[in-house]
Amino acid sequence: MFRKHSAFPYVLWSAVFIIIPLLLVAGYSVTTKDSQTGEVLLSLENYQKFFDPLYIKVLWRSVRLAGQATIICLALGYPMAMILANMPVKKQRTAALLFILPMWMNFLLRTYAWMSILGKNGIVNRVLEFLHLPQGHFLYNEGAVLLGMVYNFLPFMVLPIYTVLTKIDVSLIEAAEDLGANAATVLRYIIVPLSVPGIISGITMVFMPAVSTFVISALLGGGQFMLVGNLVEQQFLLVNNWHFGSAISMILMVLILISMAVLNRYDTSSEKEVNMI
Amino acid sequence: MSRWLKRIYASVIFLFLYAPIIVLIIFSFNAGKYSGNWEGFSLKWYQALLTDRSIMKALYYTVLIAVLSSLISTVIGTLAALGIHHMKPLRKNIMLNVNNIPVLNPDIVTGVALMTLFGFFKMQFGVSTLLIAHITFNIPYVILSVLPKLKQLPADALEAAMDLGATPWYAFRKVIFPEILPGIITGALIAFTLSVDDFVISFFTTGGGVTNLSIAIFAMARRGIKPVINALSTLMFGTVLGLLLIINARSGDVTELDV
Amino acid sequence: MNSKIIHGVNVVKEFDGVRVVDGIDFWVKQEEFLTILGPSGCGKTTTLRMIGGFETPTSGEILFDGKSITDLPPYQRPINTVFQRYALFPHMDIYENIAFGLRIKKLPESEVRDRVSNMLKLVELDGFEKRSVRSLSGGQQQRIAIARALVNEPKVLLLDEPLGALDLKLRKEMQYELKSMQQELGITFIYVTHDQEEALTMSDKIIIMNDGRIQQIGSPIDIYNEPENAFVADFIGESNILDGIMHEDYLVSFAGGTFKCVDSGFSRNENIEVVIRPEDIVFTKPEDGMITGIVDTIKFKGVHYEMIVMQGETEWMIHSTDMVQEGTEVGLHFDPDEIHIMKKVKKNV
Repeated sequence: MFRKHSAFPYVLWSAVFIIIPLLLVAGYSVTTKDSQTGEVLLSLENYQKFFDPLYIKVLWRSVRLAGQATIICLALGYPMAMILANMPVKKQRTAALLFILPMWMNFLLRTYAWMSILGKNGIVNRVLEFLHLPQGHFLYNEGAVLLGMVYNFLPFMVLPIYTVLTKIDVSLIEAAEDLGANAATVLRYIIVPLSVPGIISGITMVFMPAVSTFVISALLGGGQFMLVGNLVEQQFLLVNNWHFGSAISMILMVLILISMAVLNRYDTSSEKEVNMI
Repeated sequence: MSRWLKRIYASVIFLFLYAPIIVLIIFSFNAGKYSGNWEGFSLKWYQALLTDRSIMKALYYTVLIAVLSSLISTVIGTLAALGIHHMKPLRKNIMLNVNNIPVLNPDIVTGVALMTLFGFFKMQFGVSTLLIAHITFNIPYVILSVLPKLKQLPADALEAAMDLGATPWYAFRKVIFPEILPGIITGALIAFTLSVDDFVISFFTTGGGVTNLSIAIFAMARRGIKPVINALSTLMFGTVLGLLLIINARSGDVTELDV
Repeated sequence: MNSKIIHGVNVVKEFDGVRVVDGIDFWVKQEEFLTILGPSGCGKTTTLRMIGGFETPTSGEILFDGKSITDLPPYQRPINTVFQRYALFPHMDIYENIAFGLRIKKLPESEVRDRVSNMLKLVELDGFEKRSVRSLSGGQQQRIAIARALVNEPKVLLLDEPLGALDLKLRKEMQYELKSMQQELGITFIYVTHDQEEALTMSDKIIIMNDGRIQQIGSPIDIYNEPENAFVADFIGESNILDGIMHEDYLVSFAGGTFKCVDSGFSRNENIEVVIRPEDIVFTKPEDGMITGIVDTIKFKGVHYEMIVMQGETEWMIHSTDMVQEGTEVGLHFDPDEIHIMKKVKKNV
């Protein structure tokens, strides 16, 4: 019947446009092109090149910033998720909607917005000037990039946690109170442990895009500010060294895979479907 | 926890989220260039926006690609979901994992991989490569929207229909399709949204002067502050707000789109 | 020893303008097994939750041993609750669940271990310390919930329809176990249920509620034998309820006849309602009966036959171990003290 074959177009499509490209990238990463003879040779040179302190520093900076952004998002986002979850039901829908709305704005516009605020002639400096305080360079540095990350990804931390919190059975909280637990104890021993699947989801949805971004670093960090994403862009579009670029991409993929494996260990929920939708 | 503390905290967070957007909107009406100097009310940036050919071109391509890719990916994706739903466990698992790759991979890896493919086969970078790329990252979301609806169908619905005299096509049309239609629509909407909003993948897979809004904005922003972007933001924000209000009014309950 | 350990004074609870609990006064004495009984929506669970501290009364006071606890949060009340669906913490094992309240009291670990272990023995789930909540059956989860509450040695235990999700046989077993536990430990139990048989089996005292008001308070025997109004008569056991007129003390007319009865204190020729229990009616030969009628239907109930006898348009329900064929003409007989007279209007206590 037709249902047996209806997936065929996609099987073909995915083979050509998902599998093969990745295989190609893997292939590029383990080969080099001799600049004179044009010959293609198998080599681990690209990976070795990456272990130069210069590039390791870039990788480390990406991981560090993404990690910091994730922690800040968690610290700011968890209380926000709790406040949302405890709102009266009618207000909750509107509030959640309002929370999602900025996410629907174009990602670049939201990042650009901070350029205009933090810039030399931007509002922040203007306000400082008004208060007779020294102005500063708030743009084109690590702090700006971190701010950009937190700004862009905060809702991705709040929403999964909020969803899980709303599913916690109220009678569990009442039972804990009945047994003598005050609000702090309930939070620590009941609510937080039961919200772990949401926390894991949130961490995943913040750390992954943060560690691989290049837009935020390009716009808010300036031309000299390099994260792994910028490195890849540079290799592919500027330097034209697709081999090295591919190697970096492979390393990035491995990094992501490891993070996901680690996070999956902590994910005790039985629903392991993709929580993107 | 004190009510006032909660209110203040929530307000601060909401302010944080909206402040940049509000700044963009307000200063789109600024005669001056920088957000530090208000030089009077002016619509000149809107004028500049509407006469900016590169932006208009980018808008054209954005909509074109979004419409085409969401249509095509919805068709392929729905067919794929139907097929995958009936696959044997091993094949099903493989297909689902492959399907997840574009979802889980960072955009930059997906973009670079496709660029590599197109480059390797010496394809011309332009509308076709851009379209292919968008279809590729859209299909998984369509599948992920339709599959759950298929799972919810009673397993023998199709057979029951045929037992009652329906041809397979009729049964599909009258029994299965109406049930999965909400999933199809959701998938199409997600695909459209992702396509309009995409930057990274498009950045690596386009060429020959073909751009989209995100790329146009990036190019401008990279060179510094450009108030035309403010005007564009305001218009886009208005559109998005309008759309969300319409959706909210129609359905009465918001589907959980963690886009 | 006989003090009122919980006393609710004129308690009212309003939700969205609806009075779910409409000004009730109630108390329970120490070591008593009190059941609050009533149909769904009568306000019994809300009342229990107000005692436990999960709802605050709109007006009125709740007193514990004479002192007001109306505004105290649950974790400051010396009361523990067994929840309807157990509310065991899914992310902790059995030991941790039971130890939860003790840990908050900061008891030394050795004492915690002893108490948990004793509790598990009491509920006959020895050795279940490391098990997960998920791996337990409904009945076992029920007992753990009880253990978790009792291990804190509360003065009062609240139970919110705890046996509702169990199958019949298990439910009956648990009823006996709960009762004997209560007597052994000497704790005051306040039990909520809609199952009148359950209430009659276990309670020292029953409060029947309907529409947010108390209908009657009394011992199981009193409530069964002397229902104070039609609602109670109808809710507890099966009843024949008929309209009647009280001519004078000890004389009442109903169902086309006038009979001697044992009630007094009504006005002359007052309109009243008569209640006669189906098991109090016996069959006689038609000519000897106080009432005559024709057997309409018979149902075999195991313990007895339930037969409907039609006296013209009036339906009579009889429970008897004697079987009479459908269509037979019969006579019905009941003794004067089996005729219960009730005022027509529902009483508010």
